[in-house]
Amino acid sequence: MHELGIVFYIIRDVKKVAEENHVDKVSAVVMDIGEVSTVVPDYLQDCWKWATDKEPVMKGCALRCNIIPAVTVCNSCGCEYPTVEHGRTCPRCGSPETVLLRGNEVEIKEIEVKDQL
Amino acid sequence: MDLKTGDAFVEGSGDPAVRVIEIKKSVFADNDIDADNLRSELKEKGVFLLNLMSAPGSGKTTTLIRTIDILRQKIGVAVMEADIDSDVDARKIKEATGVQSIQLHTGGMCHLDAGMTRQGLDNVDLDGISLVVLENVGNLVCPAEFDTGAVRNAMILSVPEGDDKPLKYPLMFTVCDVVVINKVDVMPYFDFDLERCKEYIRMRNPRAKVFPVCAKTGEGIEAFARWILDEVDNWNKR
Repeated sequence: MHELGIVFYIIRDVKKVAEENHVDKVSAVVMDIGEVSTVVPDYLQDCWKWATDKEPVMKGCALRCNIIPAVTVCNSCGCEYPTVEHGRTCPRCGSPETVLLRGNEVEIKEIEVKDQL
Repeated sequence: MDLKTGDAFVEGSGDPAVRVIEIKKSVFADNDIDADNLRSELKEKGVFLLNLMSAPGSGKTTTLIRTIDILRQKIGVAVMEADIDSDVDARKIKEATGVQSIQLHTGGMCHLDAGMTRQGLDNVDLDGISLVVLENVGNLVCPAEFDTGAVRNAMILSVPEGDDKPLKYPLMFTVCDVVVINKVDVMPYFDFDLERCKEYIRMRNPRAKVFPVCAKTGEGIEAFARWILDEVDNWNKR
């Protein structure tokens, strides 16, 4: 359950950006979450409401997660393959010399803010 | 404009009062910076921080007590015990070794980050101390994700957990400089293959050093303690 710690990190970063941009209401946070990042989006959502309700600038703020598919490249034969399906062993040549290309992201992509009219 | 469909403004609420601010930043970025700062501060103070991780019940505290018995004759040692609750480990270390030992409560969190580690260090009297051991929360997943600001990471894998653990918790083995294999005295009862385990560790981290030990009898502890002393020495020379 490191998701709660990660939610606290997101809140800290978002509050900083909100302050720098003189924003008083953040209506949504969009995250890029890699398929093999070990972060479970459902667990993030579970902690989200509880934690953001305590922050006036983020009260009622939505959390949207884009899932980034994990892709691994084989250093022996050069093929790229889906990580979740085949793991660390290349499905084409059987080599264990493989490197994760993407799918490990836990990034804040953007936030949506409401300006007071 | 959506490039796939050609539709304009398919995403978003359509509310003109809403605007998007791009951030594109890893949530771990601030902690990584904080951890680097903490390492620099420790370097200036001549203090080496060792982050010790493992699953619950691997014999972390017992191994630590055995190791400190050797270390404290050479250098000043202090311990920070991190747990979700209770202070049994901190008291155990203090009673068994006499070294300064404080308890950190994570308040339900499964790991420590650099900020929490710094708070803990603020409560340690560093006068005459050249090694602080951080006994992280018993967990093989989350502590691997967060840089605590430690100079070196070590983990304890105990024989009953199985020799295939490096395959199941790859990140933990990737971030560790040292793997201590504990409870080697019961190896025959658990079909634990030491060579196979070392091979699995090498697959995930070719640089990791492996120390087979038995905290109960003290077997192998000397070699682990010597590695720590060498590392503390190098840290102060760097």
